Amino acid sequence: MIQPERVVSTVCPFCGVGCNLELHVRDGFIYKATSSFNSVVNHGNLCVKGRFGHDFIYHPQRVTVPLIRKKPQRPGDRTQAFDLSEWREISWDEALDYVADRLVDIYQREGPHAMAVYCCAKATNEDNYLLQKMYRALFRTNNVDHCTRLCHAASVVALQMAIGSAAMSNTAAEVIENDVFILTGSNPTENHPIIALQMKAAVRKHGAKLIVVDPRRIEMVDYATLYLPIKPGTDVPVFSAMAHVILKEGLYNRQFVEERTENFEAFATSMEKFTPEYAESISGVDRNLIIQAARLYATAKNAAIYWALGIPESSHGVANALSLINLALLTGHIGRRGTGLNPLRGQNNVQGASDAGAMPWHYPGYQRVDIEENARRWEQAWNIEPGGLSRQLGLTTTEILSSVGPGGVRALYIMGENPMMSEPNLNHTRQKMQELEFLVAQDLFINESGAFADVFLPAASWAEKEGTFTNTDRRVQRVRQVIPPRGQSRPDWEIICDLAKRIEKRLGRPTTAYWDYRHPSEILEEMGRYVPEYAGVTYERLEREGGLQTPVWDKQHPGTPFLFAETFPRGRGKFHPLDYTPNAEMPDDDYPFVLSTGRVLEHWHGGTLTRHSWLDDLFPEPLVDIHPDDAARLGIQNGDAVRVTSRRASIVLRARVTPKTNPGVVFIPFHFHEAAANLLTHDIIDPQAKIPEYKAAVVRVSKARPEELGTRAEPQPRGRY
Amino acid sequence: MNHPLVSLTIDGIAVQAAPGSTILKAAQQAGIEIPTICYHDHCTANGLCRICVVEVSGARTLVPACVATVQDGMIIHTQSERVRRSRRTILEMLYSSVDLSEAPEIETLALVYGADSQRFPGAQRREPPLIDDNPMYIRDYAKCILCWRCVQVCAEDAQYTYALNFSGRGFETQISTFYHHPMPETTCVFCGQCVGVCPTGALKPKREWLLEKGYTPEAIMGLTRNERRGKKRREGLSH
Repeated sequence: MIQPERVVSTVCPFCGVGCNLELHVRDGFIYKATSSFNSVVNHGNLCVKGRFGHDFIYHPQRVTVPLIRKKPQRPGDRTQAFDLSEWREISWDEALDYVADRLVDIYQREGPHAMAVYCCAKATNEDNYLLQKMYRALFRTNNVDHCTRLCHAASVVALQMAIGSAAMSNTAAEVIENDVFILTGSNPTENHPIIALQMKAAVRKHGAKLIVVDPRRIEMVDYATLYLPIKPGTDVPVFSAMAHVILKEGLYNRQFVEERTENFEAFATSMEKFTPEYAESISGVDRNLIIQAARLYATAKNAAIYWALGIPESSHGVANALSLINLALLTGHIGRRGTGLNPLRGQNNVQGASDAGAMPWHYPGYQRVDIEENARRWEQAWNIEPGGLSRQLGLTTTEILSSVGPGGVRALYIMGENPMMSEPNLNHTRQKMQELEFLVAQDLFINESGAFADVFLPAASWAEKEGTFTNTDRRVQRVRQVIPPRGQSRPDWEIICDLAKRIEKRLGRPTTAYWDYRHPSEILEEMGRYVPEYAGVTYERLEREGGLQTPVWDKQHPGTPFLFAETFPRGRGKFHPLDYTPNAEMPDDDYPFVLSTGRVLEHWHGGTLTRHSWLDDLFPEPLVDIHPDDAARLGIQNGDAVRVTSRRASIVLRARVTPKTNPGVVFIPFHFHEAAANLLTHDIIDPQAKIPEYKAAVVRVSKARPEELGTRAEPQPRGRY
Repeated sequence: MNHPLVSLTIDGIAVQAAPGSTILKAAQQAGIEIPTICYHDHCTANGLCRICVVEVSGARTLVPACVATVQDGMIIHTQSERVRRSRRTILEMLYSSVDLSEAPEIETLALVYGADSQRFPGAQRREPPLIDDNPMYIRDYAKCILCWRCVQVCAEDAQYTYALNFSGRGFETQISTFYHHPMPETTCVFCGQCVGVCPTGALKPKREWLLEKGYTPEAIMGLTRNERRGKKRREGLSH
């Protein structure tokens, strides 16, 4: 029996639930994670990633020394270097000087539009605030984005259009106060495991009724009163048909509609066409199920809607999300405890990175960059001459890469993201990465994107630095340093400060935007001075009170567990008339299946962390889920090698024959470079939110030979659903 | 919903408690500590280990405080000789069959109650081989006192996964997967809630276990996938 030298409280670095962790350390080695049973977020429960998935910190392949490519890279023939033999170790001074020289050279030669940065939803609020500050204040560009674009961008746009906010309206734990809740486009048992526990308890112990609307027969269907097996991309017809029924049967909340909403008439008219029969013909969902779901949701005392990326990751993602928001406005199931509109955020800090301004259209606090008053405020904050900051909307994640080339983006800075796994249509991404003039990667591992870089800056992991994360229910929590940074790695905020000072000096700016922070608390304090929602969030309060749910308007404000009790940020909630738009690609004889992509319980996104963890032992290879009926027709057995082909590419991987996916739909997780799902997806984006349609590329499936498999991993038989 | 409080006496102290509350909770409110082993604040109480028994005047047998609810007029003794002897005997019997070397709370109780760990020297010990069948945690049921917490958090107390249950009867009773399947082949999702509530070190994260066995962090991180996965087959497991 060993005793820990220290037990440090911090927050899990994986999903948006934000579970509280206690890390047990001995000789600088974190050998165990536990959680306090008094945690308001997770009550002592964790999932496999939080409990066992922190060993990536110590993985032998982690890079802890600054690296530069031996062979200079040129636009057009940039290559990937995974092997350390292609890199040379350099000092931090050399690395930062070189990066500053190259970035300033490109900026002075090409101008602000040539500069772009990917911030990181895994990094802290402070890291993200500083990186967007560096690009906005020094390079005068708003080409700042992060993976929120590939995630809930359409939910954010829709929520801002309809109510003027962009976060979960309620606290996750309030799910036990729901009488009825709708879960759609979300597989929480794998992607938000601790919220799934609360949902299961809500059904089994608190009498809640669950309606699942999903193209996959996910585990939560076992707990559902109604399951609507929807065809991918037919969300608008199904949810609008529910609105149609609620309107026709007079089940809507007249008082709420009159007092709190606008544009009802136009909306109601547009719902006329969405009869249950029409919705059934498009979605494949039995009309009676739609009618029952409408009645159940509308007549509940407290009802809520939870959704994840099945809704926004669509070429009509904004419309999908609006169809849900319309339902909440129609029934008044918002603005009270146990109700609400709840987009479950994916990353541990995607809410915080967005709050901190890691987005191309907004300064921190969702302040539009094209509103003069906002630009003035941040010019003052950062000691910049009036008119110095760019008023132009920046490029989004996908637009940044698309615009790489002469006259477009020339230099890209990537902190912690992995577009070479997470962007759609990866062959196109690869071509664009090759065309970059200069690329910096700041990460723990040389991943598929960092392998293209000129310079690699080794960052400290979340357990090696101080900071804050903001979880899916807007709870700001402290991230604490558990061990010293490994090797020469450094916290992201320190790297950015040191680099920014060098850049500022080279640019010869008469004033400094300020980079002399001694501790991340000073960074959050600066942000709080200009972002009213964070005005009352300080490290002292977080130490004393635990988490604080934004908005926290001042130092005395207790935080906000649920939103919109009195009013919406835009005043009245706005109904939006809707039309059905089919997916950009629809199945046909050549490509009869719809491919949905997503995550599995044991892995995280592009795999940079979890593929370097023992978690990989539990799920070591890519698998394509296919329904038994489809498999039988194609002569495919469980474990067979199959080829999945879209209009863009083809990958070979093993089949998992399972009723977890419905007939006509196949599912591939996007964690595995051996058979990258995003080679298959297409890069058609929602016109408003610019989010790609990850959930609906069409593919064909055929048998392949085992030797064509991209992996040699010995399969791990698993019994979990 | 204001039910009148129940009045009772615990160790001579007049106590008022909400109806339906357990004797354990009522005593805690009055500042009287009743020892527990299988009980956990976040698990369903089952009164399995009987260390929390108390003497209730008029009751024929000792009563487990973690599940028995308060009644008006109850007179309770938590430290009577009969109670202390019972607790001592339970601890001595646990010592006779289970490895309690990683259960400091139980070892403290043994001191408090004067339990003789060698009272039953010839007793048969429960010494099933350690199960190392996955990369996340090991199961050393020689340390298991059958408190049931792991089974319950795997079921409705937290995870709703139902990967664990009892196998065998009587002395042969052991926590097990169904049909002794290796853990990865069960419904287990490796959340480790079971590890989080285990009071005796029977369930332990793999890296902690390796560290105890003398591996250095570097050696641990240098293990191959097959070494990390442990025994894949069912050999060596008791049944």
